[in-house]
Amino acid sequence: MATATGIHHRSYRAELALRHTRAEYARLGLMIMALVAAPYVLGNYWLGIVNTILIAVIGAVGLNILVGFTGQISLGQGGFLAVGAYTSAILHERAGLPVVVCVVIAVLTTAGIGAFFGLPALRLKGLYLAIATLASQEIIIFVVRRWNWLSEGKGFIDVSRLNLFGWEIKRETFEFQWYWVLLVLAVVAVLAARNLFRTGLGRSFMAVRDHDIAAEAIGVNLTRAKVTAFAVSSGFVGLAGALTAHYTETVTWERFTLDVSVLYLAMIIVGGLGSVAGAVYGAAFMMLLPALLTEVSDAVKGQLPFLADQLPAIKNAVFGLVIVLFLIIEPRGLARIWQRTKDYVRFWPFRY
Amino acid sequence: MSTFLSLSVYGLADGAILALAALGFVLIYKATSVINFAQGEFLLVGAYTFYAAFVVLGLPIILASLVGVLFAVGLGVVVERFVLRPLIGESPISVIMVTIGLSAVLRAVVQMFFGTSVREQPAILPRDSIKLFGGQIPLNRLFVIAIAAFVLTAFTMFFRRSRHGIAMRAVADDQQAALTMGISVRRIFAMAWALAAVSALIAGVLLADVSAVEQNIASFGLIVFPVVILGGLDSVPGTIVGGLTIGMLKQYVSGYADPGLAEVIPYIVLVLILMVRPYGLFGETRIERV
Repeated sequence: MATATGIHHRSYRAELALRHTRAEYARLGLMIMALVAAPYVLGNYWLGIVNTILIAVIGAVGLNILVGFTGQISLGQGGFLAVGAYTSAILHERAGLPVVVCVVIAVLTTAGIGAFFGLPALRLKGLYLAIATLASQEIIIFVVRRWNWLSEGKGFIDVSRLNLFGWEIKRETFEFQWYWVLLVLAVVAVLAARNLFRTGLGRSFMAVRDHDIAAEAIGVNLTRAKVTAFAVSSGFVGLAGALTAHYTETVTWERFTLDVSVLYLAMIIVGGLGSVAGAVYGAAFMMLLPALLTEVSDAVKGQLPFLADQLPAIKNAVFGLVIVLFLIIEPRGLARIWQRTKDYVRFWPFRY
Repeated sequence: MSTFLSLSVYGLADGAILALAALGFVLIYKATSVINFAQGEFLLVGAYTFYAAFVVLGLPIILASLVGVLFAVGLGVVVERFVLRPLIGESPISVIMVTIGLSAVLRAVVQMFFGTSVREQPAILPRDSIKLFGGQIPLNRLFVIAIAAFVLTAFTMFFRRSRHGIAMRAVADDQQAALTMGISVRRIFAMAWALAAVSALIAGVLLADVSAVEQNIASFGLIVFPVVILGGLDSVPGTIVGGLTIGMLKQYVSGYADPGLAEVIPYIVLVLILMVRPYGLFGETRIERV
């Protein structure tokens, strides 16, 4: 129940509900309307950006399960995306398996490889774990680059256009059709993550993050929790990787470098660590940022021509600044800012 | 034999530069327990400030070095004060990410001023080579080794003998105790960053002289991780041993096996070290067991 003094629950059932207040249902309704209307309103260029955001949402939600909810920092995101993309692309192009099967196998493979590279987490924490996952990133990318069998010596894999049970993606409506595919998968991913943290397994992840020894004392199996967290998170990431492969229709290792790992970490930092909604906000924010900067630079090209030449540098600088400023000013990200705004409105005219 | 000799010299020179870069990294970690992912960018900024002073402004080499050092000290202090200090006590994830963000900003600033193309800088060290045991040894690599050895010795003496150096070691050992003895921990933190930036400047200028003034210098920063893990995250002698080992290993692998493999071999070593001896060869055995 929402009152002027805050949200209070009268039963455990009520507390477990995904949405508590009428305002939240209203927001859900608005969001559904916006998502359904988007492909009819937006042009192809912006719809393409929305599609990349939807893929990023899946990846960021996955990474947040690991970093935000379990407290295991990972710089290996790019490598895991690569595993998902290559597995799905190779199975589809060489073995000729249907896309759905390929994507499912890609998710499972990435989960397995993620669990394997998560093994150092059993012994290492914090800084050391960050460095260990950095090594796994570099090693995976090295394997992908140098193992000629993967791309048959071409250095890239061409992926044929998506065809789901005879429902073919057409060139004219490419973004439009992909939008629906990606939207469904992103919504499923978000719901799965939200629900994961209402189960015992998800709660055990959070217990490990908050204090590992205390978690063990109340009966959490640390080994199981950490390895499962790596596996589950990598499963999401593998899905994002496989979708990248089928959506962009080419797979090259350049798409999965350390910069990508950093980009995804930036998404969850900006959005808010340990918040599923935050991962969504962060993914949207970080993917929209370069596009909006391009728009701004186009708009002021007349007055400030030097801006256009400096655009790549400015994009990098803004990217770094956003990370630094968020960490210093609001370490809990956009999710927390949204929370505070809501509280402000609810308690107005009082401060608290 | 001659291949072996020249590979060794190249490896030692690379290793010496790595050791300098790693020294800055270890200084920061020891004093402030921050993992600095922007170490490579400190090298980059150092190389470019020297380039700006030496080539663009046309200053004599001594003056240019002085400008470089002053700029490095300023950069270190500013970064510590405005980026790292607000995050004292935050989780490792936040601290790591803030240095990653910082690295993006530094790289972008260099890109804004100097673009991405390779810049020409007249050779500082002699480009000739000498014949030694039947192998061609480039003279500038020998100079790099000598300069790095000199700087590393100077830093070691500074920690052993000088008042500030001992204060830094005290802070690294126990912050509370150091505070009660009247040491300003804030000043030590700032000093650690400033010294790290200076050692990165020297490494950056040396690296730029033997290779080129370009954006790629920053990628050297990542190989610092295998070096410090091998040597121990909080050990100054460890950086020298680790730097030389990794530098030579890379050259041998690249010379005898495969240049591509040489790029990844440091990370394989890193994983092996983490599995066997996570605190490195000389590091203090303080790793948290989980």
